[in-house]
Amino acid sequence: MDDNQNPVQLNVSAIRHGTVIDHVDSRATFQVARILQVESEENKVLVGLNLESGNLGLKGIIKIENRRLTAEEANKIALVAPDATLNIIENFRVVKKAKVELPEQIERVVKCYNPRCITNNQPGDTHFKIIGSRPTALRCRYCERVMKGNAILLK
Amino acid sequence: MLVRALKPPFAVAGEMWFTEDLSFSLNFTESVLMAADLKNIISIRDFDRDGLLEVLEKAHVVEQDLPAGLLAGYVLGVMFIEPSTRTRLSFASAMVRLGGEVLDFGDPARSSLQKGESLSDTVKTLAGYCDVMAIRHPWEGVARHSAQIAGIPVINAGDGSNQHPTQTFLDLYTIQKTCGGLDGLRVGFIGDLRYSRTVHSLVEALSFFDDELCFVSPGALRVPEHLLDEIKQRGVDYQEYDTPDEILSELDVLYCTRIQEERFADKLEYEQVKTCYRIDKELIKKCGAKETLKIMHPLPRVDELSADIDDTPHAVYFEQAKNGVPVRQALLAMVLGKL
Repeated sequence: MDDNQNPVQLNVSAIRHGTVIDHVDSRATFQVARILQVESEENKVLVGLNLESGNLGLKGIIKIENRRLTAEEANKIALVAPDATLNIIENFRVVKKAKVELPEQIERVVKCYNPRCITNNQPGDTHFKIIGSRPTALRCRYCERVMKGNAILLK
Repeated sequence: MLVRALKPPFAVAGEMWFTEDLSFSLNFTESVLMAADLKNIISIRDFDRDGLLEVLEKAHVVEQDLPAGLLAGYVLGVMFIEPSTRTRLSFASAMVRLGGEVLDFGDPARSSLQKGESLSDTVKTLAGYCDVMAIRHPWEGVARHSAQIAGIPVINAGDGSNQHPTQTFLDLYTIQKTCGGLDGLRVGFIGDLRYSRTVHSLVEALSFFDDELCFVSPGALRVPEHLLDEIKQRGVDYQEYDTPDEILSELDVLYCTRIQEERFADKLEYEQVKTCYRIDKELIKKCGAKETLKIMHPLPRVDELSADIDDTPHAVYFEQAKNGVPVRQALLAMVLGKL
């Protein structure tokens, strides 16, 4: 759809410049919003829930004006919403589009759930290896425990 | 190749069009390579079948023809923040018999840890006084962390309920010697299968061999789900049982473990399971165990394994403890690049 052709809809659903995170599993939408810390965002943010989507059934969508995501944010999103797509918007048009993908390793952004893990007892970065998808499964590099799906704790 | 190759990591697939710096992904590569370094013995997970067999072969070489003086001039630092008899003394014996010396960290209550020094600072300091370090600590992942910062080889002598790789090597060595090999066996595990790091490490190691594994434990002490998932993925044939009577007659090896009070957060739970099993001569006879059955135990034992087994051909646990010396000699020599 050409957003320029519908100025009334633009006001509520489109952003001039920024990022649209689309195809988020509807149940994970607020998790993604928390990852992006939208509550402290000063620019326009639009959050949609339970929107119809062919593949996902119901999807969520988040639009943030004047912002591009960091790789760290994209990695976090991939952990909770592995089907999400990221769209860079310039002048109301999608100029770049990419699917988030789970990295093979992830550092810092996840907290180990094991209270006896050294990462919960000494200062230092966490480090996980991704060992499965759908549900996402991570193994802590240090204590070697596995976290899956909703049990994954983001820092 | 001794350790499993690790694929290079990537931060985000596709175009890197995000606004960040690339150091996020590049940092991974450095740390992963350090973990794959042959200078440390951290986890059985770092080894594949060939790697395990290579260590056992070197232990045989050391036991057959002890290269006395091989580690002369080298110092082993022993830092045990949890109690130990066999592991600590067999590390010391291994080093001394190869001509090296041992620097013992001593009682942690008399160290700077007691003054609030961080573990990292303690490790870095001790690393300056020795050439290789053996560490035991109740926190899981301490050995991996220490290996990253020590600058000298680090050997994991047990980290919480996670791993105890040198015990696993001596367990494998004992099975290999007493059963004639590591394939085609039916191996039973009994006792605390939930918290026992020796069990976890040995199960992982045996998953590289063509064995059938039988797990006997009360419901509260089952093998952790993540470990079962892992061996299932490797196609390991395993079964879980409530009592040893169901399977004892079919086993080639029975690996007993103590119910470890120190691993239970809930003492009531410990009281409920602490005397759940006892392997003795009568049970062995009643169940019709094979004459060739080998009974192993990482020791110390309490009530779960009767002393009346000691004088039977089934008992191999003291031999098992003794095997800690050649195995640790081989590992020390290997991480120091001498074997």
